[in-house]
This record gives sequence, C-alpha cells and structure tokens, in this order.
Amino acid sequence: MVNYAYLIPLFPLLAFAVNIFWGRRLKAKSAPVAILAMLGSLVISCLILKEVITGKTLEQSVEWFKVGRYSFEAGFLVDPLSAMMLCVVTLVGLLVEVYSIGYMRGDKRYHLFFAYVSLFIFSMLGLVLSNNLIQTYVFWELVGVCSYLLISFWFEKKSAADAGKKAFITNRIGDAGFFLGLSTLFYYLGTANFTQISQRLMHHPEGLSQGILALAAVLIFCGAVGKSAQFPLHVWLPDAMEGPTPVSALIHAATMVAAGVYLVARSYAVFAAGHLSLEVVSYIGIITSFMAGSIALVQTDIKRILAYSTVSQLGYMMIALGVGGYSAGVFHLMTHAFFKALLFLCAGSVIHACGVQDIRQMGGLFGKMKVTATTCLIGCLAISGVPPLSGFWSKDEILLSVYNSGNRVLYGLTLIVAFMTAFYMFRLLFLTFFGKPREKLHIHKPAPTMDWPLIILAVFSIFSGFVGSPLMGHAFSRFIYFHPEHTEPNYMVMISSVIVGLAGISLAWVFYILSPALPAALAKNFQPVYNLLLNKYWIDEIYDRFIIQPFLRLTKFAFSFDRYLIDGAVNLTGTSCVAVSRVKGWIDKYIVDGLVNLIALVVGALGEVFRRLQTGLIQNYILLIFTGVVVIVFLLRFI
Amino acid sequence: MLGFPLLSSAVFLPILGILILFFIPKNKTALIRVTSGIITFLTLIVSLVIFTHFNSNDPGLQLQERLSWIPQVNINYHLGVDGLSYSMVFLTALLCFLACIASNSIKERIKEYYIFFLLLETGMMGTFLALDLFLFYVFWEITLVPMYFLIGIWGGPRKEYAAIKFFLYTLAGSVFMLLGILALYFTSTPHTFNILELTQQSKFFAQAFQNIVFLALFFGFAVKVPVFPFHTWLPDAHVEAPTPISVLLAGVLLKMGAYGFFRISYPILPQAANYFGFAIAVLAVINIVYGAFVAMAQTDFKKMVAYSSVSHMGFVMLGLAALSPVGFSGAAMQMFNHGIITGAMFLLVGVLYDRSHTREMGAFGGLRVNLPVFSAVLIFFSMASLGLPGLSGFIGEFLSLLGGFKAFKLLTAISVLGIVITAGYILVMIQKVLLGPMNDKWKGLSEISFRELVTVVPLLVIVLVLGVYPKLALDIINPALNLILNNMGVVLP
Repeated sequence: MVNYAYLIPLFPLLAFAVNIFWGRRLKAKSAPVAILAMLGSLVISCLILKEVITGKTLEQSVEWFKVGRYSFEAGFLVDPLSAMMLCVVTLVGLLVEVYSIGYMRGDKRYHLFFAYVSLFIFSMLGLVLSNNLIQTYVFWELVGVCSYLLISFWFEKKSAADAGKKAFITNRIGDAGFFLGLSTLFYYLGTANFTQISQRLMHHPEGLSQGILALAAVLIFCGAVGKSAQFPLHVWLPDAMEGPTPVSALIHAATMVAAGVYLVARSYAVFAAGHLSLEVVSYIGIITSFMAGSIALVQTDIKRILAYSTVSQLGYMMIALGVGGYSAGVFHLMTHAFFKALLFLCAGSVIHACGVQDIRQMGGLFGKMKVTATTCLIGCLAISGVPPLSGFWSKDEILLSVYNSGNRVLYGLTLIVAFMTAFYMFRLLFLTFFGKPREKLHIHKPAPTMDWPLIILAVFSIFSGFVGSPLMGHAFSRFIYFHPEHTEPNYMVMISSVIVGLAGISLAWVFYILSPALPAALAKNFQPVYNLLLNKYWIDEIYDRFIIQPFLRLTKFAFSFDRYLIDGAVNLTGTSCVAVSRVKGWIDKYIVDGLVNLIALVVGALGEVFRRLQTGLIQNYILLIFTGVVVIVFLLRFI
Repeated sequence: MLGFPLLSSAVFLPILGILILFFIPKNKTALIRVTSGIITFLTLIVSLVIFTHFNSNDPGLQLQERLSWIPQVNINYHLGVDGLSYSMVFLTALLCFLACIASNSIKERIKEYYIFFLLLETGMMGTFLALDLFLFYVFWEITLVPMYFLIGIWGGPRKEYAAIKFFLYTLAGSVFMLLGILALYFTSTPHTFNILELTQQSKFFAQAFQNIVFLALFFGFAVKVPVFPFHTWLPDAHVEAPTPISVLLAGVLLKMGAYGFFRISYPILPQAANYFGFAIAVLAVINIVYGAFVAMAQTDFKKMVAYSSVSHMGFVMLGLAALSPVGFSGAAMQMFNHGIITGAMFLLVGVLYDRSHTREMGAFGGLRVNLPVFSAVLIFFSMASLGLPGLSGFIGEFLSLLGGFKAFKLLTAISVLGIVITAGYILVMIQKVLLGPMNDKWKGLSEISFRELVTVVPLLVIVLVLGVYPKLALDIINPALNLILNNMGVVLP
C-alpha cells in the first residue's frame, strides 16, 4: 500500500482539474467530485498509516531535473510523521468538504469553491509527503496561493480582497527567509533531502559549523513564522477570517498553519544541530502564544476569537518544539487539528444560522441548535485541557517538556496561556449558547450534512488524545519518535494544568453567567490594558505607519528618481546633443559658411573694382599699355 | 554546407513573405493578414523541423551553414544552432506567430505594418543564429529599423518620442559594440569575425584588452537587456508600442542583449567576465529590487509590466554573474520564460485596452464578475510572473537565485526582497483590476474572444508544462551552457 502514496495528493488534484474545467456544467455535482476524491485519499492514508504502524517506511523519488552536478528530485517520504499528518489532513479535509455542501449552497461560485479547496488540500498533501526541502518549498508556495484564492473568495468585498492579499504578501516575507535557509543548507550539506540531511547531521556531525546550521534553521523558521502565523508575521491570520468559514476551519486546522509546525518538525534535525535556533523557536512561540491569547480575551467576533486562539495554540506547539518536546508539539498539532476544526465549523453553523458574527448579539442559542452547542462544548473542553479529552493529554505533554527544560519562567507563562485559553473559550461558549438571547435573531437550523462532520470531529476531539497518553504508554510519542524524550508522567504538572484550566472556566462562568456586569466594570477600571488588547497591541497600525507607508513612499520616490534623474539624464544627453548641434549649426552658418561667403564677397568686390577697367574703348587700352611699357622700361632701367 | 539550409530558411522565410506582400494590393487587407499569418506559421513549423534535426546531447553548434561573403576581410555568412540559441529561435518563431494573430487590432496602413513586422522577425532570427560577428551586427541593426517604424507609426500618443529614443539609445549602444567587435577582429590572428574561432583564441587575449572590449560590448548589450541605469527607454517604448510589438519587444528583443552575453562576451572574454562578475551582480540586484520598487509605483498597467521586465531581467543577469551551471541554467530559463510570460501579460493588457481604451489600473475594478475567463487567464499569468512554483517562472528565478547565492550571499539575500515586492505589485494589480465591487462603467465589457484566447493558450500550456517538468527545456539548454562554462575554464564535474 505504501507504494501508492503518490495517489493521495493525486486524487484531489484530479478533482481540482475536473471542477475547474467542467465545474460550471457540473454545478451541484462538483461537491461529490471533490468529496469522492478526498474519500479515496483518506482511505489510502489510513491503510498506509496502518502499515507504517507496523514499522514500514518508504522513500521514493525520481529526478525532477538536473543541473550541473546537482540533481533535483521529486519524491515522497512515508514515515510516521507524514503518515499521521496525511490522515489528519485528509480526514479534516473530507469533513470540511461535506460540511461545505450545506454551508456554500447557493453560492454562485460553488464549483470554484470545491476546486480551490481540492487544490488547497492537494498542495498540503504534497507538502506533507515531500522528501526534500525544495519540493517542500514548491508546495509551500502553492499552499500560500490557494489560501489567497480562498480567503479572497468573496472578492467583491474589498475587505476580503485585502485580506487575501495581506495573507499572501505576509507569507512571502517568511518564504524569502525560507528560501535563503534552504539555499544555505543545500550548499552546506550538498543535499536538500530530509533523510540525507538527518543522517549527515546525526552520524557525521564532525566538521560542521553550529553557527551556519543555526542560521539555516532560523531562516527556515522564518517560513514557518509566516505560515503558522507567529509573531511578528501573525497579522494575516485574523484577517483571513474574511474567507468562508469552512476555509477558516481548513486553514486553522489541517492545511495552512499546520504547515509551519510541520516544517519545523520535518527539519528538526537541523534545528537540533544548530542549538541556538531552538531557543529562537521557543521564544517566538511564547511571545506569540501569550500575545494572541491575551488579545483573544477581549475580542467579540466569534471567528476572530478562534483565530487568535489558533495563533496562540500554534505558539504553544512552537514552544514545545523549541524546548525539545518534539513529539509533544506534533501531538498537539494533531489533537488541535480536530478540536479547532470542530470549533470553527461550530462557529460556521452559528453564523449560518443567525447571520451575525458578534457574540454580544447572540446568547441562548443552546435550545435552538443542540448538536452545534453540544459539540462546541466538547471542543471548548478539549482545548481548555479538561481531562480526559484530547487537549488535556497533548497540553500536558507540552507542559511537561517545558517543565523538564528547567526554564521556570517559561513554564509559568505557558500555564498562564493555558488559563487564558480556558477563559476565552468558555467566554465564547457562554455568550453564544447560554444566558438569554440578547437580540432577536432569526434562526434557521443547519442541514444534517453540516451536523454530521461536527459529531465526527467531536468524537475525535474526545478520544484522539488517548493514543499519546500514559494510559496507552505514550504510544504516540514512541511512534513519532525523534530521539529519546522524558516520558515519565509528572503528576504535579498534570494537576497544575487541570487547575488552571478549571480556574479559567470558572472565571468565565462568574463573568458571563453569574454576574454579567462584571466584565464591563473591569474593562473600565483597566481601560489602557483593555484598549491595548482590543486594538491587538496596535501591531497592524504600527506596521502600516512604520513599514507599509514608508515603503509605498519609497516606491514613489524610486519612480521619481527614475523619471527625473535617470531618464532626465538620458533626455539631457539628448537635448544637449541637440543644443550642441544648434551651436554647431550656428558656427557652420555664420563662421564656416561666413568665411566662405567672405571670400566670395572679397573676390566679388575686387571684381567690381577691376571691372571698371574693362571699358571697351581702344584708346583707354592703348593708354594703359603705353603707361605699362613706360613703367616697365623705367623699372628695368633702374633696378 | 550539407543538405537543406534549414536555419537560413527560418531566417529568410519572412523576407520571402515581404516579397509576396509587395505584389498584394494594399486594400486587400484580409489577404495581407492571412499571408503574413501563414508566413509566421511556416517559420514556426521550420523552427520545429530544426528541432527534429537537432541533437540535444551534442553541446556544440549544429546544422552550421557557412558561405564566404566578403572574403577580402574574412567575413562569412555563418549560421549555427545550439540548445541556448534554439530556445531563443523557438521563442521568436512562436511569439511572432502569436503576435501576428494579435495584430488584427492594427487597422491602418496594414501592408506596411506587416512588411516591417516580417523584417523584424528576420532580424531577430538572424541575431540568434549568426556565428559571425559581422553578420550578428548586421542582423542586430536590422531589428532597429522596423522597430523604429512600428513604434513610430502605429504607436500611442507619444510615439515619435518613444521611437526616436529607442532607436538612438540602442544605436548608441551598438556603436560601442561595433568598436568592440572590430577590436576583436584586429587582435585575433588570423583576423576573424568567427565567434567559434574567437572563443578558441580567448586565452591569448590579455586581461586589460578583455576588460576594455568587455565594457564596449557590455554597453551595447546592457542597453538592450536593459541593465540599470540604461533602462529608461523601455517603459516609454512599451507604453507607446502597439500590443503585438510590445510582445515582441519584451518577449524577444530584450533577450538579444542577454543572448549577446552568453554567446559573445562570456565565451570570448572569460577573464573579463570573471573580473566584472561582482559588478554585474550588483547591477543585477539593482535591476531586481529597484525595478520592482518602480513597478510598484505605477498606475498604468502596461508601464507596470514594463518595469516588471526590468526586475525580471535582473534575474538573468544575476544567474549570468554567478558563473556556474546552476546560475547559467537559471538565467537561460528565465530568458525563455520571461519571454513567454511577459508576452502573455502584454497580450492580456492589450485585450483590456482594445475594449476600454484605458490602461489606468485604478479605472477598473471587479472585472472578475463579468469576465471570468479573462480573469482566470490573467490571474494565471500573474502567478507565473510572481514566480509561483509549478509554473515556469519559478524555475528560472529559483535557479538564478540559487546560483547567485553560492557566489554572492549578501547580494542574493537582498535580491530575494525583489520576489516579495513582486508579489506586492502583482497582487495590487489583480485587486485593482479584477477584484472588489464591480465598476458599473465596464458592465458592457465583452469577454475575451476566441481569437484572443488562441494567442494566449499556447503560452499558458508552455508555462504549465515547463513549470511542472522543466527537464524538457533544461535538457536542451544545459549541454550548451556547460560547454560555454567549460570553454571559459569554469571547472565542471
């Protein structure tokens, strides 16, 4: 089965081709095409995972092209990491597509939506399967462009078009770093193949410079910072909410943002070899995680809360990877994919049902949409780390690896983030589904095709954590395995994680169920802090003021420079040539030609004088001859 | 000379076409158009026939044709093709054919137009196939004349200015080039204009001599590429030229400059190429980044594409400067791909201009609602232009940068900035023209026509095929490049 891994990305690619060329004729049938393809990929992925669990791995490649002595390959690598990821991506992708049947019904570009989603998943699967950095880069960019197409799917809205553009350009900044990182590595190690890189670094580390490896790792990490929306390139993700909600679910769970974490995991050998880079990863992780978590506390748009929550959770994974908790980070990547997809699809159902996105306008929806509310509760419990749901186990692994790293400040901060997570998630839950309806909203029930994906994801949100829990002997981390990690359960860590989670939930209950007046009062008392969070630390404004505007002014300046100075010089050369030729023309006319004319004039004048001698009278001529003879004789005589 | 003169027929078929056109009355416009179309099509067929006789494994110059022309000074009519020049010959033939179809938008003085058009094709073909420097120079100058008239007569409002600027600027460059060529002639023993013989003699040229001649040739080629700061004729010429001519200008004419470096400067003056490597890389980076900056500031669609050419041609120079197989491959791929992609971009700008008579990007908006096919094609080529992997533009840029990185770390790091800014101005363009709420003014705009689609679809297929499977082109081009590098003394495995 492993040999057929190439089919996994191929199916969605075919679905894309069919839908882009014949979608308009297929109309509503474009959804089954995409779904069927996805289902095929999922089945193969699962079969492959089964084989990989029994210890099988496979790497195959063909030569893509060759230049000089460098051969660029195209291939796939099936190992535990990619096999796990394939299943997550195809499963979430399939559920999102099924969900979209109902959500996107009636959209005039229905078929295009399914075409783009198929291409998006194809790109992600290609990235996951890729066996070398260059191919990863190729699919990496493709993922970027798909996200652009999907975020600005409703392009008639200016905000959507802006958001798509912002996502693409922000990502490109990270990608530029990624490119330099892969070039560094490519020349330094002479290969871009992951297996060869790992082998070289682990078995023959002699003679390699830690500094260069750290530099390469940090540059590659730049790419991950862009894709996984880490500080300072996180700004695109909240805006990406302009896309249709199923797309948000896809981006936040399985495709786009997961790619960054996956890249770090994939090239972990480089990070591990260049030690310094791991510190960078964990610091960026904690900054992002804390900042985004705090912003989520005060947001009121249901999707934006979830967006910042994603940014924060991705930071969490980065922290784990940064402190050496390789399997913990990857584990959380998996569990998070399930519950975050679930939460987004729940949000989609709510938006679909009541037509607004501001949680202050909602309330008391529980009775009207029981499936959505229940599954949303499960998602919230999972992300808040309540045992025995999946989030608890993966968060616990992360906290444990942070704790074991010995950095107490970092540990404290990760606990605070866990607390904030629980608080803002239950704030969202309470304000949306509980209490009394704050505004009269016309609710229409979601279609069954929208409920079933929620239920399935809820099941995974509950149970998927067990595979990595001590109950199953940390099966997950032994499966993913990078290098031996400390896996002794630590009850202190476990208990503290549960306590902060429950504390966050209780506080949300106090604030939003027990005494709803409290938050407003608090916001008033801490106005500056509240404003800081509400305005997202003014980062967008700072970028606009100090980067984007100066950049645009610089482009205008460059254009003026081009037009007036460089082209001016060209034109000056031209006009001075003309001027010189005018002067020369004048010289020619009045001096050179003047001389000529002068000569003619003199000759003419002389002619005029001598003309007078030609009288035609014989007497005059004889007189002249006689005078001449006399003069000559006279002269001869005396000289 | 063996067998049928294939290369000569590629060069002189258009001249035959001109002779036929002479006998067609000028009011029979349809016949004139069809005849020209057939001639350019036949030239394309000839270029494909050349390929069937071409051996990709042979790195040398093949199908050589040689006739004594002016024996007193050892000037020969000498043509030959290798992988590098073949890519250019094919590009020329293809773009000429498509531009000929696109020339339907020309409505006045049609007979003259096509005569100049075909003369231009002969000049371009000859430049890429000539192996004698004198012949090269003749073809090089032949392209100037028809181009001057094509811009000057059928161009936009400032056509005279643009045409004269183009003509004089290039001519000024070619004067230096001619000096360089003569210097090579008189220094070689025996005196020769033969590029291959001069390449053989390259090791006998002193460094100082090489440097001076390199600079003289550089000026000629740099104006054409164009290399900063000799680029300002380009936006003017592009904006004023009619659509099909812009296509050829960007698609083929710019490549003549880059080709000159590959074929003449680098092989004949290797030490100078090495000596000036860093300087060229600096100029390349300026081209890339500065070109992108200026493109970002444009409001005129065509001018934006013109400045993006400046930026994209920078990658060609960067790859050249890298002086390595990877860099050279990148440069050669970029030459070809830029021709295809920018050619298509100009065709699409033309489609829009023919309907709306404006090129201000800000005047449009929301066109994607009414023109889904046009928009899809435009987005496709925009993505190719910003170097999206999977499309051909990526390969050239990627290899140029990769090659550049090995030789010039810092400079390449700076030029990577160029690909970020490129994404910026391309996406801004897409947003201004296609996205956002639909501008009611353009409600009646008709979708891209079948004939217009015919002009871009072949390019679209090439972009996709070469993007996915670049080996197809690289295997043809690389042996020739490796031979050049080998002759230059660059050590290859």
